[in-house]
Amino acid sequence: MTPAWVVRRIGFCTLIGVVLAFFAVPMLWLASAPFDADPGLGLRWPDWTLANVATTLRHPHALTSLVNSLVLCVVATVVTTVFAALAAYSLSRVRIPGRDALLYLLLLLSSVVTGTAAMVPIFVMVLQLGLIDSRFGTALVIAGGMLPAAIFILKDFVDSVPRSYEESARVFGASPRQVLGHVVLPVARPGVATILVWSFVNAWGNFLLPFLLLRDVGKQPAAVLLRTLQDEGGSANLSVIPVFSLLYSIPVVVLYLFVSTRYGFRFHGGIKS
Amino acid sequence: MAGIEIAGLSTVYPNGVRAVDDLDLGVVDGELFALLGPSGCGKTTLLRTIAGLEPATDGKVLIGGRDVTREQPGARGVSMVFQDYALFPHMTVAENIAYPLRVRRAPRAEQRLVAERTAEGLSLSGLLDRRPGQLSGGQQQRTALARAVALETDVLLLDEPLSNLDARLRLEARTFLKRLQRELALTTVFVTHDQAEALALADRVAVMESGRVRQLGTPREVFQRPADTFVANFIGSTPMNLVDGTVRGDRVEVAGTLLPSPLDLPDGTPVVVGVRPEYLVVAEHGFAGRVSTVENLGVTSLVTLECADGTLVGLVVPEQEEPAVGAELRATPTPGRSLFYGEDGLLLATA
Repeated sequence: MTPAWVVRRIGFCTLIGVVLAFFAVPMLWLASAPFDADPGLGLRWPDWTLANVATTLRHPHALTSLVNSLVLCVVATVVTTVFAALAAYSLSRVRIPGRDALLYLLLLLSSVVTGTAAMVPIFVMVLQLGLIDSRFGTALVIAGGMLPAAIFILKDFVDSVPRSYEESARVFGASPRQVLGHVVLPVARPGVATILVWSFVNAWGNFLLPFLLLRDVGKQPAAVLLRTLQDEGGSANLSVIPVFSLLYSIPVVVLYLFVSTRYGFRFHGGIKS
Repeated sequence: MAGIEIAGLSTVYPNGVRAVDDLDLGVVDGELFALLGPSGCGKTTLLRTIAGLEPATDGKVLIGGRDVTREQPGARGVSMVFQDYALFPHMTVAENIAYPLRVRRAPRAEQRLVAERTAEGLSLSGLLDRRPGQLSGGQQQRTALARAVALETDVLLLDEPLSNLDARLRLEARTFLKRLQRELALTTVFVTHDQAEALALADRVAVMESGRVRQLGTPREVFQRPADTFVANFIGSTPMNLVDGTVRGDRVEVAGTLLPSPLDLPDGTPVVVGVRPEYLVVAEHGFAGRVSTVENLGVTSLVTLECADGTLVGLVVPEQEEPAVGAELRATPTPGRSLFYGEDGLLLATA
């Protein structure tokens, strides 16, 4: 226990403490501020009250925006998962020249498509299609942005399903759709669950696309509404924002727990696995 | 019930490999038929072409007299067991066995009934609600077999059915498989690279090499009268002695010995003489050499003789009659068990 050792030890613990506080403070704020009689931006022991919850529920757009978020996310997630599953299966099984190049190109483009660079053309296109202020239209655009990465991730899972499983099913007379539904997808279930959660979380937190494509405040999702929660004076409405943030975070946590316990990020295992 | 007719069948892979090459074959109704050959000889491709998993490039496949060359695998009336068994890991044993019925949208109660009945016949009754991952290798194999016979198809195809089992289990499974095939009287084709397995199980064997059938016959024929030197070399657990020789009148000179020969060929014609080590006996005449090694095979021993000209000749002697290493010995073929092959490798005569 030399002095140098003690100093190093203290330095290390301080560093860990700072990092821990850095990540813990927002979480603690999210747990305490909604129930504080006088919520601020700082962290303190709250004066317990449920008044903020009542205020939030009375807010004209708070609940509708959460419903809008759910609609957007469910549509985008379903579209992404279904199309990614079909595309990943075909890309995994069909021999076409330049398949890998195609996949990498898709992945590369996806970061451009969802990125800011393509915002203007996407806006113009959606405008000309008359889909501005359409939640389904926006959901499709979000899904389109997520699809390449989803296909890429899911293809890896489908690749790991032994071909003999499918051939076996085919010999017993299964149609391609039955092969996919009975054998490939159940075996690749951890991958499908991953895509489900990943695309839901992505769509749930997507700000830019709904912000641009949904101008009507009654149709905006929670991520966009959060920015506009202000009181009459124009400063952040601190009696609504904490409760709203808490509500906003619940679906993602619930989804994760549900998928994790129900479908499980695990594998039953075949021979020699 | 149905036999299989294969006429002029070729299967060429997209990369240009001719895995099956203009092949003709007939499998009789109810027969247990083996496709035997070394790795890469096209036997598995042939099986997969019969199943419809590989498209035939040329030729025809008839099952029960019906041309199925262009049919989907599910419409051919075949069932198949894969080398890795291909049991679905997310289904129970019962669901796996009843899968062919599920595809045909049979009611759940019927699926369960068939699964129970089939499982009982293959001693899997207590395991119906387990998943494949919780079964031993032998149980997995029986589950795969149960699934293949659950739906009464005409033809059963087995791809290396015993190769994933350990040596001890393999013998049990072999007997079991043969009995099951007899009971169901299913036309069965199986692929193997293990000549002992083929000889033990099959009613008839097709020995394949580079996409062609080199010999077709009963295990006895294939073992005793290999049609060419390839088959002679491939069949038999101890490798056959194949020794270069020369015709000398009504005899053949091999490894410094003159053997009687039935060949009517001009003097000096090169031939290959084949004798199985099991068909060589210690005698006063025949191959003369010095014992170089003795390998214990259990009941018998394999003795390797080094002849004067350096040729190695193997012979099998009964236990307790092993000669000492270095001893001088003579060995002669049992009458009727010597095979004479021409320079092209084809069988000319036996004596």
